[in-house]
Amino acid sequence: MAESGPSLAKTAVLAEHLVRKFGDFTAVADVSFRVEAGEIFGFLGPNGSGKTTVIKMLTGLLPLTAGGAWVEGLDVRTDSERVRERIGYMSQKFSLYDDLTVTENLQFYGRIYGLDAARMQRRMDEIVHLNGLKPYLERRAAQLSGGWKQRLALGCAMLHEPKLLFMDEPTAGIDPVARRELWDLLFELSGQGITFFVTTHYMDEAERCNHVAYIYYGKIIADGTPAELKQLPEVRPKGAKRIEITTPEVTRALRLLRKIPGVRSATIFGESIHALVDEDFSAEHVRKRLQSEGMPVTEIRGLTPSLEDVFMELTYRRQAEREAAGA
Amino acid sequence: MRDLFRGFGAVFFKEVLHVRRDPATLFFSLFIPLLQMVVLGFGIDTNIRQVNTVVYNADGRQESRELLDRLRNSDTFHVIRYVENDRELNDEIISGRARAGIKIPADYSDRLLHGMSAQVLVLIDGSDSSVAGQAINVTTAIGLDESLRRALPNGENFAVDMRPKLLFNPDSRSPNFFLPGLMSILLLNVTTFLTAFAIVREKEQGTLEQLFVTPVKPYGLLLGKLLPYFFIGFFELCAIVFFMRFIFLVPIHGNLPLLAFLSLPYLFVSLSLGILISSKAGTQAQAVQLAFLPILPSVFFSGYIFPRETMPWIFHALSYLVPASYFVNIARGIILRGAGLRHLWSDALVLFVMGTFLLVVAARRFQNKVITT
Repeated sequence: MAESGPSLAKTAVLAEHLVRKFGDFTAVADVSFRVEAGEIFGFLGPNGSGKTTVIKMLTGLLPLTAGGAWVEGLDVRTDSERVRERIGYMSQKFSLYDDLTVTENLQFYGRIYGLDAARMQRRMDEIVHLNGLKPYLERRAAQLSGGWKQRLALGCAMLHEPKLLFMDEPTAGIDPVARRELWDLLFELSGQGITFFVTTHYMDEAERCNHVAYIYYGKIIADGTPAELKQLPEVRPKGAKRIEITTPEVTRALRLLRKIPGVRSATIFGESIHALVDEDFSAEHVRKRLQSEGMPVTEIRGLTPSLEDVFMELTYRRQAEREAAGA
Repeated sequence: MRDLFRGFGAVFFKEVLHVRRDPATLFFSLFIPLLQMVVLGFGIDTNIRQVNTVVYNADGRQESRELLDRLRNSDTFHVIRYVENDRELNDEIISGRARAGIKIPADYSDRLLHGMSAQVLVLIDGSDSSVAGQAINVTTAIGLDESLRRALPNGENFAVDMRPKLLFNPDSRSPNFFLPGLMSILLLNVTTFLTAFAIVREKEQGTLEQLFVTPVKPYGLLLGKLLPYFFIGFFELCAIVFFMRFIFLVPIHGNLPLLAFLSLPYLFVSLSLGILISSKAGTQAQAVQLAFLPILPSVFFSGYIFPRETMPWIFHALSYLVPASYFVNIARGIILRGAGLRHLWSDALVLFVMGTFLLVVAARRFQNKVITT
């Protein structure tokens, strides 16, 4: 069971039928996926669905109950020491030492990975240049804003030049501008061949990934590129289309809309409603209907499903299945 | 082998930085034990002197006044009041103003002059057993002495003359006995508290989880964290010994470098204990509470206050598990008795074994990743 298969060369992470149980509770049930080298892999799912557990198994923090996992070609069950030397990891909290300066934080992780003086200097220069940390080198980590802490944490995690970085909700709690800048940085690094394994709750971030997988109750329910997922038959059923209806009175409109025949499902998105309707459904008909009830309609237009639509749809279906199975 | 301690240097450097960044904590952790030492060293005198005493002298003649003078001159009794009846005598003791009451009956002188046995009533508050014991001893001795003086013809010697000689602490000075023991307790406090935060702080910050994903090995991490505090603990030891020698004038009979050398295993145990506490605790508040746990057994079972030999067997057995027991013996041995390595090596060895054991237990918790983050 050493190195599995010939295609592992280009594979950064391979998970095969991963299972993790805590007593009677199954946190991860039969999870399989493959992350190719150089991808930005978005690992998505609601809280408590098993994301962090999977990351802990892949990084050697938790033993597997069953199944197999290979990271950078190494079996995590037998070679977790070497796995740790080759990966970078950024946890949900920024794992920095608040009372140490930016330089000292970087040096600490450099020493941990056993970088010699010359390599340390070279990597520090590269990271400081790349992450724009230069003005803050002598500042204590505690005094940095969320976005800069983020960059420092990323710098610490990649000082030893890992080819694969695990990031567990790297952008939770930082402002939108910093979020955007971090993603620009990830793309730049990804262009240099570094693989990113990222968890997030932000759908705009998921849309930017090359490859996403969605985990729900310990099972992967979607796996592919964002474009592929939007073409899934479950999301785009035969004889149906998606429309977006913009109206100032979304709540009342939603209630009415759900009663109209031909409307299969409808959800509010801010000022508008996203609805899945029959293919021959007439937009004009709806407009008139809503207006006759005193609800002005600003716009009705066709819609390609967003990733959020995809995950919502899949989640509803699984939920219904679970309930049916339970009942 | 080198791999077993991987990350040691990195962690050591980082811990030194933490200590340097927080000089206030360092200052207080070094200063407060010295302050405690000064307060306790000056404040506590285990010799019982000047016990508050109330006197009811119903006789009042020459013989009775001579007896009272002898009691006063013993340095044990300090007469705070003379009363005129039994009720007042009792009241003074019940109210706690006096610990001892002496009643000389009206016929004291008469009986002595007639060659009969005269009785003196000595009431003693037994609520403090050491005070009571001392009062009993002194009054009995004075009574015996007084009787012998009257019974023996003038100038004749006692048949048996006991000549006790106190070794090692001839003046029975309290600090000489007390401070070497106190040193053990103070060192334990400083070191255990300093390291008790070492790991739990990283748990709270989430940096421990990060370290687990790096190639750092448990022994590298733990020893790297331990070593800076080892130096601090050793510095504190030197400061305590300096205070003891030059402020409390405790003579050091043994070899000072030997004391320094044999304190190393004790520091090692205390620090490892702190590390173990830190790995068990989930929050810094829990760590503080756990760090208090070893203090009371160390105070009461180490021989620092009560002799271990006189304890009930179960506590005597328990005292062998208390690291401070061994260091109290080492410290008193070197400082008071001038003991050498051949007397004390076994104590040091036990401490070293204990320290290693605690460290291994702590490290195993990391290997099994049972530390909740």
